[in-house]
Amino acid sequence: MPLLTASDLQAIGLTLQVAALTTFILLLVGTPLAWWLARTQSWLKKPISALVAMPLVLPPTVLGFYLLVLMGPHGPVGQWTQSLGLGPLPFTFGGLVVASAFYSLPFMVQPLQNAMEAMGPRPLEVASSLRSSPIDTFFSVVIPLCKPGFVTGAVMCFAHTVGEFGVVLMVGGNIPGVTRVISVQIYDHVEAMEYADAHRLAAMMLGFSFVVLLTLYSYNGSRNKGATA
Amino acid sequence: MTLFARNVARAAVALFFCTPCLADEAQVAVAANFAEPIKAIAAVLKKTTGHTIQITLGATGKLYAQIANGAPFDVLLAANSDTPTQLEKDGLAQPGSRFTYATGKLVLWSADTAKVDGKGEVLRTTGLRKVAYANPKVAPYGAASVEVMDKLGLKATLAPKLVQGESIGQAFTFAYTGNADAGFVALSQVLEGGKLKSGSMWVIPQNLYTPIQQDAVVLQRGANNPAAQALVKLLKSPNIKDLIRSYGYGI
Repeated sequence: MPLLTASDLQAIGLTLQVAALTTFILLLVGTPLAWWLARTQSWLKKPISALVAMPLVLPPTVLGFYLLVLMGPHGPVGQWTQSLGLGPLPFTFGGLVVASAFYSLPFMVQPLQNAMEAMGPRPLEVASSLRSSPIDTFFSVVIPLCKPGFVTGAVMCFAHTVGEFGVVLMVGGNIPGVTRVISVQIYDHVEAMEYADAHRLAAMMLGFSFVVLLTLYSYNGSRNKGATA
Repeated sequence: MTLFARNVARAAVALFFCTPCLADEAQVAVAANFAEPIKAIAAVLKKTTGHTIQITLGATGKLYAQIANGAPFDVLLAANSDTPTQLEKDGLAQPGSRFTYATGKLVLWSADTAKVDGKGEVLRTTGLRKVAYANPKVAPYGAASVEVMDKLGLKATLAPKLVQGESIGQAFTFAYTGNADAGFVALSQVLEGGKLKSGSMWVIPQNLYTPIQQDAVVLQRGANNPAAQALVKLLKSPNIKDLIRSYGYGI
């Protein structure tokens, strides 16, 4: 019975940590951003939407290259993190999470924004006429009404971060337990012609992605049916 | 259409299409350390014979995996002799076509002009936060780096500082951008016209690692490709050997 090696397990654990933390951060950052995008009349809406969507169309190498340069010791971000005593971010777990957050941003923001726009201004007006405070409104009206958006955003963000490869390859430095995530581990196995090892992890990823997406679609499908019934 | 116009049109068509008909093109897989020299050699080849080569860079082990899986290359310039020998055994290379085109040298290099001393003592200090090297499983220069760390008895000390590039090319990028304070890279990556381009380096003594004998081999696909043959001939010529030496290789 072929079992996963210790280094495979380490890569899996690390990947789950990066994905979970990235999802958490993007929930915190993405929610206000999506809220603003859904509600604003500002001319900035279109440029900001375009910026948020850019990771969808940019090659990961572009993002990876610029993160390497910007977060490096001579880059502006690198100098800032160094002045905070954090050191440069490439090759660190933190750096990987930052890179993943940029890379997965649209997967969080777009479903949230769609859900918030679909909700419309009416529930907010009602809440406000009932003298609900904006914060209370957000937690007791917006979040429940936009729940499918939050679920889709969080699941897609998590799954997409698990599937991240190019950016990690460029800023990670392939350090076991720190930046060697599953996708990089598979790549290493393939490049070293350890095909059996590659298969085990790759097949697992295939199963994982299918189950995640199937679950998400089933959830959304059953909700839509419930809404029309 | 006048005769003149027709001839002009024919000449234009001939210029456009026939350069590739007369001259051939070869697909060449090249170990990443040889990235700079091969560009210069391709230019000489184009100028002297009209043949062109398309270059694919990568770690030798990765190129081997690609060739073993049917990648369409005509020639391999490896960073070791094991891989070309293996390809001959596999029946994937032209028997007897293997030859040494360069002997590589490993250096410890930093983009910082004051970082690396001429004896590599910096490796024993706390002065290096991150040290880049190439993946030893697939890159011969990476394997040589591990040998050096081992011989110096620094493997355990350096382990937490190591960051791995997928080829010597990426290891150099990590050091060049300053993300790694220093890196085990190829001398050819930091030399230009026989001089250090920038930064500081320690040319690692040859007794600390197995000589990096870089062999080339003609692959089965390139057997009848004139461009591949011309490249091999050129690599063996004295002028090109001088050019290769100017990048710090032995030959």
